[in-house]
Amino acid sequence: MFNMEKRDKKLLIIIAVLALLAPFALNPFPTDSAMAQFNAGYPDLMQRFVIFGIFAIGFNILFGLTGYLSFGHAAFLGVGSYSAVWMFKLLSMNVVPAIFLSVIVAGLFSLVVGYISLRRSGIYFSILTLALAEMSFRLAYSVLTPITNGETGLQVYTNDPQILMGPDSPTVTHLFGLEMRSSYTLDIAGWSFDFAVGYYLSAIIMVAAFYLSIRIFRSPFGLMLRAVKSNQQRMNYTGLNTRPYALAAFVISGMYAGLAGGLLASMDPLAGAERMQWTASGEVVLMTILGGAGTLIGPIVGAGFIKYFENIFSKINNSVLHEWFGFLPDGLENGVIWVLEHFVGSGWHLTLGLLFMLIVTFLPGGLVEGGQRIAKRLRRKGADDDDAPGNKTPAE
Amino acid sequence: MNILEVKNINKRFGGLQALDNVNLNVVENTVHAIIGPNGAGKSTLLNVLVGKLIPDTGSVMFDGQSVLGRAPYEINQMGISRVFQTPEIFGDLSVLENMMIPCFAKRDGSFELNAMPPISGQKDIIERAEHMLEDMNMADKRHMHAAAMSRGDKRRLEIGMCLSQEPRLLLLDEPTAGMARADTNNTIDLLKQIKEERDITIAIIEHDMHVVFSLAERITVLAQGTPLVEDTPENIKGHPKVREAYLGETAV
Repeated sequence: MFNMEKRDKKLLIIIAVLALLAPFALNPFPTDSAMAQFNAGYPDLMQRFVIFGIFAIGFNILFGLTGYLSFGHAAFLGVGSYSAVWMFKLLSMNVVPAIFLSVIVAGLFSLVVGYISLRRSGIYFSILTLALAEMSFRLAYSVLTPITNGETGLQVYTNDPQILMGPDSPTVTHLFGLEMRSSYTLDIAGWSFDFAVGYYLSAIIMVAAFYLSIRIFRSPFGLMLRAVKSNQQRMNYTGLNTRPYALAAFVISGMYAGLAGGLLASMDPLAGAERMQWTASGEVVLMTILGGAGTLIGPIVGAGFIKYFENIFSKINNSVLHEWFGFLPDGLENGVIWVLEHFVGSGWHLTLGLLFMLIVTFLPGGLVEGGQRIAKRLRRKGADDDDAPGNKTPAE
Repeated sequence: MNILEVKNINKRFGGLQALDNVNLNVVENTVHAIIGPNGAGKSTLLNVLVGKLIPDTGSVMFDGQSVLGRAPYEINQMGISRVFQTPEIFGDLSVLENMMIPCFAKRDGSFELNAMPPISGQKDIIERAEHMLEDMNMADKRHMHAAAMSRGDKRRLEIGMCLSQEPRLLLLDEPTAGMARADTNNTIDLLKQIKEERDITIAIIEHDMHVVFSLAERITVLAQGTPLVEDTPENIKGHPKVREAYLGETAV
């Protein structure tokens, strides 16, 4: 089934199961315990995990396979969001046409950007993508205001045409009547688990996107992309035109970004230009490298890691720290808190930066490499006998 | 019959006349060596043949078709494969994957968006690549990381990759440069074997006289961007002009 190797099938099943059970897995602490603030199992955050997972999976097809480092992928995400909101404004609040259009428009836009920037490689390519994305960002604020609604951001108003809107159609985003924000809450003992429609739609699309990326990685096309990264000279002298290969990878990853943008807008029908800013482009680069560029699950791990930090660490404020270190003598408590407060709350970027440095220095293959090392050590401890031959194929 | 006809090629880099009215004919199914001292224009000529450089004037016909103005990958698809001075292989890939890439290029052309079917289902390509590795005596290394191999093995793999495309003309740019004697002799034997087993024309640029005289059937001597003589190895060895230009006056 699915035309995949056993190892990849296992990986896909693990991801699918994790995505399905995320509301449980991410809520390990009872609601009113002191640790509850480390719970990540609320729909809004879980949606971010999987949507940015899609973004990073797509980015990895370009960066992980071909080595072309784009610094402008947030532009495609932004374009995807705008297209989706326009669908809400013109047709109805159904997410299907919105998501569909966001992928198409982002694909076309990335075709143009890719065609221009792939004339160069290395750092010049990166700078070209950065420049084009910043240009889109500035345009969204200025000339393109009629389309983007400038600083206010694009949103749905009651006097929008919405030609497919029936008299009793839902006025919030929905999938054929199933409202994105509706959710079911399950209370067991002290725990509370939320199952939201929006999250599950995003999660199912993420699993499908992950499946597609496995297929691409294992296809002849994927092999060619790795060859682009390895030696373009040899490719050219082997009768292969590297340009369309790199461009195809660029467009595919742009479509993934558009899909993520469309989903973001489907969860919350708003689109602002800040989604296209270079910091957002940098974030997906961080996610991919942190998780492990060129590996299959690395980008998902990286996306989850960064989004977790962004949402959980940034919520730890002074009063929380005082609660934690209340047992210390006053002078010491204030000292410890004075140091730590720079690393949490609005200073979470500092923690992220430190972690990023540590990981890139000691685990150049990202968190996936860390996991592999631990697994290897455990296996060696368990049994020394199974030294599988032919494990030369890259990336789990 | 001439498979390659080079006529009146001129190439200037600033004040340097790198190629000065070069004419060269390579006969089908022969081994043709191009020799000459440093700076004679050998590499420039080779770069013209593979499409990396465009000459100022002149024409290059391969099998009746002009190669000038075509990109390297197009010229390769016409049937000219190039082996580099330093082996150019896909270092990050396995040896088998290295061999599969030219097989895909041969089967699918210069671009094919084959993004869904898994590689493991491409039986014809795998079979072809495995077969070629056996021919090159490298079957046992198929799962090795290509970058981890010795230079001699990398050279062998690169030649195998070129041959798997079944080129009509194989261009070799100093294939034994920087190699130990044993590796050099292995490469000579490999090339001899290739010549015996296949219908292929080989053009070789070489510094090492031992290699040239063990392989070549025709030799062109280049000096200062101009062909001095073209003849059989026996005649070249004794040619006074060649001694003067290439081997130096003190040579025996």
